[in-house]
Amino acid sequence: MDHIVIIGNGISGVTLARHIRKLSDKKITIISAESDYFFSRTALMYIYMGHMKFEHTQPYENWFWKKNRIELVNGFVEKVETDSKKLLLKGGSTISYDKLIIATGSKPNKFGWPGQDLKGVQGLYSKQDLEMLEKNAPNNKVCNRAVIVGGGLIGIEMAEMLRSREIPVTFLVREKSFWNGVLPAGESAMINEHILEHHIDLQLDTNLEKIISDENGRAKAVVTDKGETIECNVVGLTAGVAPNIDFLKDSGIELGRGVKVNRFLETNVKDVYAIGDCAEQHEGIGSRRPIEAVWYTGRMMGEALAQTICGKPREYNPGHWFNSAKFLDVEYQTYGWVFSERSKKDNEHHFHWRHASEKICITVAFDKDSHQFLGINTFGIRMRHEIFDQWLTENKDIDHVMTYLKDANFDPEFFKLYEDEIIAKYNANFNKNISPKKKSWKRIFSIA
Amino acid sequence: MGNFDRSMSLAGEPPKALNTGQKLAVVTGMIGLGILILQLFNLNLGNTALWLTISIVAIFAGIIWFSQAAYAHKHKGIKNDGVWFKSISSRGVLGWMAGIALTGFYIVLYFYPQYLGLVKDGDNTGLIALFDPLSKGLSGNPASQWFVYGTMYTVAILAFGAKFIWKYRHNKYEQLRTVSVMFFQTAFAFFIPEIMARLNGDLPYYDLKNMWPLNYYNFERYRINGFIDSGSVGMTMLFFGIISIFVISPFLTYKYGKRWYCSWVCGCGGLAETAGDSFRQLSDKSKFAWKVERWVVHSVVVFVTVMTIAVIYSYLGNDTSKYWLTKTMFISGVAVILTAIFSWVMIYKREELAKDAKYGAIGYFTIIAVLIGMHFFSGSGNIFIFKAETLRTTYSFLIGSIFSGVIGTGFYPILGNRVWCRFGCPMAAMLGFQQRLFSKFRITTNGGQCISCGNCSTYCEMGIDVRAYAQKGENIVRSSCVGCGICSAVCPRGVLKLENGPEEGRINSKDVLLGNDVDLMDLVNNK
Repeated sequence: MDHIVIIGNGISGVTLARHIRKLSDKKITIISAESDYFFSRTALMYIYMGHMKFEHTQPYENWFWKKNRIELVNGFVEKVETDSKKLLLKGGSTISYDKLIIATGSKPNKFGWPGQDLKGVQGLYSKQDLEMLEKNAPNNKVCNRAVIVGGGLIGIEMAEMLRSREIPVTFLVREKSFWNGVLPAGESAMINEHILEHHIDLQLDTNLEKIISDENGRAKAVVTDKGETIECNVVGLTAGVAPNIDFLKDSGIELGRGVKVNRFLETNVKDVYAIGDCAEQHEGIGSRRPIEAVWYTGRMMGEALAQTICGKPREYNPGHWFNSAKFLDVEYQTYGWVFSERSKKDNEHHFHWRHASEKICITVAFDKDSHQFLGINTFGIRMRHEIFDQWLTENKDIDHVMTYLKDANFDPEFFKLYEDEIIAKYNANFNKNISPKKKSWKRIFSIA
Repeated sequence: MGNFDRSMSLAGEPPKALNTGQKLAVVTGMIGLGILILQLFNLNLGNTALWLTISIVAIFAGIIWFSQAAYAHKHKGIKNDGVWFKSISSRGVLGWMAGIALTGFYIVLYFYPQYLGLVKDGDNTGLIALFDPLSKGLSGNPASQWFVYGTMYTVAILAFGAKFIWKYRHNKYEQLRTVSVMFFQTAFAFFIPEIMARLNGDLPYYDLKNMWPLNYYNFERYRINGFIDSGSVGMTMLFFGIISIFVISPFLTYKYGKRWYCSWVCGCGGLAETAGDSFRQLSDKSKFAWKVERWVVHSVVVFVTVMTIAVIYSYLGNDTSKYWLTKTMFISGVAVILTAIFSWVMIYKREELAKDAKYGAIGYFTIIAVLIGMHFFSGSGNIFIFKAETLRTTYSFLIGSIFSGVIGTGFYPILGNRVWCRFGCPMAAMLGFQQRLFSKFRITTNGGQCISCGNCSTYCEMGIDVRAYAQKGENIVRSSCVGCGICSAVCPRGVLKLENGPEEGRINSKDVLLGNDVDLMDLVNNK
């Protein structure tokens, strides 16, 4: 019987294990040094904020693993010997495999800033990072101020966490506007405003120069490239993540920034695969990046690889792009591709609508010649995934999307609806005369 | 990560600390409560109407002020910061103290009302006497322990309802259903029965929104006689009580799910959602708890059904001289209805029931059938195997008092705010049975957007592991779901939506979520 060994118990490794179990009787072992049981990484912030306890972030009860014959090993893999198909664990024990899957996720980026390894300087990715933050910033007496470096999704989450304990936060963002490498200008501007509303000291267009130590080797201040010195007790490094693959250096497995894989998620070494954040496609699929450090893609790679391992070779073939996040109080969803001004091509045009007073807006991307619908970003309005997925598959044009926009609304019942307002603006902007169709269960469920 | 300091000090650190406004608000509310407690010790305060007013106003003002201090300066959005750090809401010392105090109050209320000042023949004393002026003003009668309880219950729903509305001010669904339970409690449970008692002394106390089996006593002899003796008003009420069960409730549950009752109308639900909101995260989500829940709550359904049949049977005659219905007609009618429901489920809805639910249905149906059978063999002297009166008093004690009151509300801070609704309420179980099998209601999962964070499961007061469905892309169609909408509200990714749609495709099952290519989905789903 094949022994499938998975290094990493995150969403991709666990999804893979579950699907292999559904499809086969193979022996499955998952190795992790981070936690005994699978937990949802995206929920770590809620533990610090007191919304949940750690146990609540575990999607499966502890009996689940034994019942499904998935063996869990708490250990740290130091070395992979692909010739003898053996893993060397810290402490000296070894584990043999027939097929090995590397699903070790990411680690926070550090860009060689002076002082980046001082006490009180940390990223926010793992359970251990969270435990460290609990020590570094238990309250606003121990931590008078925190400086967060890097304006992405983890940065704004960390700011929200610290603010929940009323710790003053300075947020250094390299870009001229928050996350504007990804978000179009109007949306990025709205989030800037929302960050300030939450009393976060947002410093745009500002880089970290160095972190200054006190006499105990603890961070006591940062210096920015604007020459300002900001006193603080905690520095959060949230300038993105990189694949967590240092232990593979001399394994003979081909590495780039991540573990190089083909569309079957195979590495250059037979019987060794990589999935999730740590896998790097030789070439990005469609408009996707070669490394996709996203919850959903990790899950999808796990689903696809399970097929291959169980004898039905399948390429990793993701469908239409989607993602979601929450910026403080504002929910964000995206379906299809909406690029920022920085990275969009000439043919991509945008229709943007923003509510007069609330933090609600949408941006719809379409082809300027064919008017084909390319994607939508939505802030503060929930939309149906299935509907947009279908519209993208059917290459609908933007007029169709506007006409049937009411079908796509997913806000809770009795919420104020904005489709009429949105379409009125669309008509005015593009000199159209579209009247929205009433929401139809028939259409919604013939799709789903 | 269980190393957080669960200090009971109010002067802790954010987000568990109370700000100055909240502290002063607590003091104000406690003064109001303190007046009531002083009355327990029979301190004669003099002008009772004045002191009662002061007390209620102080409690009200304290709670509203607390909410204002907690939420007014914050942006609208989810307000769960520090829930698991606070002693009161994380089974800390304050939680246990509150639980013990509430439990003690319920024991006194149900079993020792004399300590509250109830005097059978003569003027009330103590706490109950404090409420005499209000009771006399409404119904003309002196207060009872139930009037005191009803008043405090209504005050709690109104004041904590206001707090809830403030807390969820970004969510119209939460606000509207809270306004609804506040209205039904104040009008239907509090004012209307009192005023009806003033207009027509023979009418039994009737909270019109309470239907059988929640008001398990509705068809007892004294009530039926009361209805009949009160002429057309009484008959209308009796008729309303019956069509509520057989027409109104099935219709509304079909269209909207059981939430129309449990989260929009019911008084028990009303208290749970308002005063109990701080404890919703304490419900047990384990599979084991779910198993216990199904056995216990369905046993209560069987119990209340058998008990009610026995009680009605016991006072019906063998001819139509006393009541229109005879013993034989009644018992045959019951048998026909039960058999019809049972056959319908087994014929059309077999597949939708999990294995054990089916076994449960067969088992319980057999029990009821056997009991009915015994009627025809045991003669008319004894009913079933027990005396009806024994069944009635046992139910009233075990379920009506201990389960719904002492455990159901007393244990809010320990077991969560819907313990009664989840484990004990036969009404919820019956509506849930219909919701699972014959309703348009579901919680839709939004494609592949779930990140398994667990907020939905944590804040589900009914202990449903919502995430288990959402992370598989499945809709949530569970009989216990009361449709409070909090899972949808706390979801950070917009994954969950309560809605009433077509029955077809309501219960879906997907092995591979949306996002992977279509071929793969087909492959796995059709394997």
